Amino acid sequence: MKIIVCMKQVPDTTEVRLNPETGTLIREGVPSIINPDDKAGIESALRLKDQFPGTTVTVLSMGLPQVDVAMRECLAMGCDDAILLTDRPLGGADTWATSSTLAAALKKLDFDLIICGRQAIDGDTAQVGPQIAEHLHLPQVSYVEEILEAAEDHLVLKRQFEDRYHVIEVQLPCLITTLSELNAPRYMTVGGIFDAYREREIQIWSLEDIKDTVDMGSIGLKGSPTRVAKSGTKEVKGAGEVHEVTPDEAVDLLLERLSVIHII
Amino acid sequence: MDFNLSKEHMLTQELYRSFAQNEVKPLAEDIDEEERFPTETVEKLARYGFLGIPFPKEYGGQGGDNLAYVMAVEELSKVCGTTGVIVSAHTSLCCAPIYENGTDAQKQKYLPDLLSGRKLGAFGLTEPGAGTDAAGQQTSAVLDGDHYILNGNKIFITNAGPAEVYIIFAMTDKSQGTRGISAFIVEKSAPGFSVGKKERKMGIRASSTAELIMENCIIPKENLLGREGKGYGIAMKTLDGGRIGIAAQGLGIGEGAIEETIQYVQERKQFNRRISQFQNTQFELAAMHTKMEAARLLVYAAAQKKDEQKPYSMDAAMAKLFASEAASDVTRRCVQLYGGYGYTREYPVERMMRDAKITEIYEGTSEVQKMVIAGGLGVK
Amino acid sequence: MSKHVFVFAEQRDGVIQKVSYELIGEARTLADDLGQSVVAILLGDKIADAARSLIAAGADECVVVEDPVLGEYMTEPYAKAVHAIVQERDPEIVLYGATAIGRDLAPRVSARVHTGLTADCTSLEIDKETKDLRMTRPAFGGNIMATILCTDFRPQMATVRPGVMQPLDRDENREGVITPFMVEYTPADQNVKIREVVKSTRKAADITGAKVLVSGGRGIGNAENFALLRDLADELGGEVSSSRANVDAGWIERDRQVGQTGKTVRPDLYMACGISGAIQHLAGMEDSEYIIAINKNKDAPIFGVADLGIVGDATVIIPKLTQALKKIKG
Repeated sequence: MKIIVCMKQVPDTTEVRLNPETGTLIREGVPSIINPDDKAGIESALRLKDQFPGTTVTVLSMGLPQVDVAMRECLAMGCDDAILLTDRPLGGADTWATSSTLAAALKKLDFDLIICGRQAIDGDTAQVGPQIAEHLHLPQVSYVEEILEAAEDHLVLKRQFEDRYHVIEVQLPCLITTLSELNAPRYMTVGGIFDAYREREIQIWSLEDIKDTVDMGSIGLKGSPTRVAKSGTKEVKGAGEVHEVTPDEAVDLLLERLSVIHII
Repeated sequence: MDFNLSKEHMLTQELYRSFAQNEVKPLAEDIDEEERFPTETVEKLARYGFLGIPFPKEYGGQGGDNLAYVMAVEELSKVCGTTGVIVSAHTSLCCAPIYENGTDAQKQKYLPDLLSGRKLGAFGLTEPGAGTDAAGQQTSAVLDGDHYILNGNKIFITNAGPAEVYIIFAMTDKSQGTRGISAFIVEKSAPGFSVGKKERKMGIRASSTAELIMENCIIPKENLLGREGKGYGIAMKTLDGGRIGIAAQGLGIGEGAIEETIQYVQERKQFNRRISQFQNTQFELAAMHTKMEAARLLVYAAAQKKDEQKPYSMDAAMAKLFASEAASDVTRRCVQLYGGYGYTREYPVERMMRDAKITEIYEGTSEVQKMVIAGGLGVK
Repeated sequence: MSKHVFVFAEQRDGVIQKVSYELIGEARTLADDLGQSVVAILLGDKIADAARSLIAAGADECVVVEDPVLGEYMTEPYAKAVHAIVQERDPEIVLYGATAIGRDLAPRVSARVHTGLTADCTSLEIDKETKDLRMTRPAFGGNIMATILCTDFRPQMATVRPGVMQPLDRDENREGVITPFMVEYTPADQNVKIREVVKSTRKAADITGAKVLVSGGRGIGNAENFALLRDLADELGGEVSSSRANVDAGWIERDRQVGQTGKTVRPDLYMACGISGAIQHLAGMEDSEYIIAINKNKDAPIFGVADLGIVGDATVIIPKLTQALKKIKG
C-alpha cells in the first residue's frame, strides 16, 4: 500500500499567551509542532505499515523551509519519505489555494490512500482535506475515529458524527481525514532521529516541480478566493466584581445575586 | 568550540522531554512512595531506544553518541531521579564494558538483548568491605575446567533484581592485589547466583538497590570479560564513563527542582504578593540557575570528549563532582523557597532533595573524584 | 447576477436540526440588508413535509431534493445535489452549519464550484458599501478573531458555528414556496458504502439549550465532585457542563464540554466552578448573559469575564448554596 500523509507544521496554539498590556498575541517563543490531527494521521499510516509489510508512508507538506524539523520528526517516527513543497509564490494561500497546490503535488505521486488531519489548530477550518479530495476526484471519509479493517484494496472506518457514527467501507484510492482521538501517536526513536538527519534526505519541491499539474491561477495569495480583511484579539467581556469572602458569605452573596438576575 | 546543540541533538531533546513529561513524570511520586521499580517504564524506554543510545546499530544500538545519551539521562532525571539512574547504570556500567572490552562472541551474545532493552544490565563491584577502597575485593573466582566458580557477595547494586546481566568483579589471584582482579559477565540464571536483601534508601527509592550473593556460582569460562588480572582497569575505565551518566542525573535533578520552583513561586502568595516578587527569591533562582548551567556545560563537555575518543577521565570527574554537589545544594535551596509546603510530599522538591544526595556518593564519592582530578593535575 | 441567501438545512432522521433554524434567522437579516430572499435547501428521503417547517422559521422558499440515497448523509450524493442547485440558482451566499456534516459537505461543494469558503463563523454581516459578506471567525485556537471576505467569487460560502445565531420566532402561517428539484443519481455517486449507522444510545446532553449551566473545571478535583454540581444544577433547573480537562480525564461526557473544541453556549446564567478561564474555554461561554465564577486563585483569568467573581473553594461553596436553595424552597 502506498500512503501519503499531508502534514502541517503549526504553532502550538495551546501555548499561546496574550500580552497583558497590548492585548495582542505573543507569537515569539511559541513552539512549532506537527498539527495534532495530522500526527494521528501519521500514526495510523505507520500502523497500516506495521500491518502490511511493503507499505510505504510518504509525508507531504507545504510550508516554509523551517518545516524541515517537523519532517525529520516524521522520518524519525518511521515514515519512509518526506516531501516539502516550498516556494515564495505559494505563500498567503487560503484553503482553496492550499488544497489546489497540494493536489497538484499529489498528482505527481503514486498513492493508494491519502490521509489528512481533520483540521489544523491554527486555521481551524477542516477544509483542506475534503477540497483535495474534490480536486483529485477521490471519495472522502472525514472525521475518522477508528480504522476498523484494512485490506490492500479497501478500508472499513468508523466515521464520527455528533449523535451517531457510520461504519463506512470505502475502496482505495481514497482520502480520509483523521481526528487526534484516533490514536496515541508513537514517539520518535533515538536511532530514528539520528537516521533522519544523517542518512535521509528531505525532498524539496518548488513550483517548478509541479508546474505541469498546477493551475497557476490557484496558488498563493493571488489565487485565493478568500482573504483576511482584518484580524485581532477578541474584545473580552470586561471583568465584574471579585469578592474574597468566607464560604457562608459567598452563599449569601450568591443567593442575593441569583435573585437579582431572576434565576430564583 | 560550538556550544550549540546540533539539530539531531535538539530533536532528541524534544523526544526526551515529551517522553519524560507524558510517561515518566506521572509515575514519579507513586513509585517513590511505594518503593516500586517501574517495570512498565522500562518497557517503554526499551521500545523507543533509550536503553542503547550510544552504541552502533550493528549490535542493536541506536547509533547515537554519548552526548545524546547523557541528555536522555538528564531529561529523565528532571522528572524522576530513579528513572535516570536505571538508564545510566544499565548503559554505562553494563552495556559499555561489554562493548568496550568484550570479544566478538560476547558482544554478539549479550549486546542485542541489552541494547534493545529486552534485558536490563547492572554492575557489581562494591562489597561490604570494599567501597571507596574498591581494591579490597573479597569475592573470589576460581577456574575449574571449563567454568569459573564465584564466591562472595556484592552490595548496593543498582538494578539488582530486575537486571538479567551483571558485570561482576572478583579476585582470580589474591596475591596480586589489584592486578589479581578480573571481570566477569554473570547471568541472573547462573546456578548459585541470587539477589539478596533490597536496601531501604533515603532517595531514588524506586531504584532497585540490592545485594548479590554468589555461592559456588558457576559461569562458563567464556564469560571472563577481558583478560585475567585486567578487571580493576576495566572497572575504573567503566566508572569513568558511568560518572558522566551520574553527573547527568545530578544535573537533571537540579534543573528539574529549579523548574518546579519557578512555577511554584509565581503562584504562592505571602504579604500580599507573589513570593517570586521578592528579591531573595529572584537572587536565589538566578544563582541556582547559573550553577546548574555551569554543571551542564561540564557534563556535555565530558560527553563530547568521550565521543571524540580523547582522554576524558578528569573531565568526567569534574562534571560528576560539580553536578552532584550542585544538585544537593540547589535542591536544598529549592525546598527552602517552598517553605513548609516543600517539606511535605505534596510537592516534588523534597523527593528531589532526597534523590540528589546519592549522586555525591555512588560511582565514586566526591572525594574519589577529587583524587582523580588532583591526579590529573599532577599534584602529588 | 448572483442573488439570494441560501441555507443548507441539515436534517437527521427526518428531523430538521436546530442549527438550520439559527441559520435561517441569520440569513433573514442578511437577505433583508441585501433586499433579497432566503432560500433553504433541504435534502433527504421523503422529506418534503419538513419543508413547511423551514418556511415557518423564516425561509421564503425551500428547494427540496428527495431521493432514497439522501436518507442518511453521504458526501457525494449531497455534494452533487447542492452543487446542482448552486449551478442553477447562482446564489449570492450559501450558509451551512459547522457540524460534522456541514464541515464535510461545504468544502467539497466549494471546491467543485471553485469559490471561497469560510469556516466556523460566529458573526456575519453585509458590508454597507460593497455589499460583500463580512465573515468573522475565531482562528489560532480561538485566540484571535479574523474577518474574511470573498470578493471575486460567488457564491460566498460559510459554515456557521451552531448555538451562536438567533433563530426567528416561528410563524406557522408564513407564506413561502416549496420547489422540488430533481437530481439524477447513478450508482457511481455512492462512492462509499454505509455498512452501519449506530446512533448514540445515551440521549446526548443538550447543554446548548440550557438556560442555566453549572460548569466544572479542573478545580473540581475529581469525578465525584460533579455530583455537587449536578445537585445545584437540579435546584436551578439547569444542566452540568465542563471544561475540556475533565472530559479528557474521563470524569464527564464529551457532549458536556464547553469551549473552542467543545460547544458554544449562551445560557442566562453560567456558573464557572474551579475553571481557570483559558482562552479555549472562554471562546465557548463568554457570550453568556450572566457569568458567576468561583475559583481559589484570585488571578484566574475567568475573573476577567465574570460578572460576579468569588475567590473560594467551589467544592465547599456549591453544596452550601444548594442547601440554602433547598431551604428556601422547602
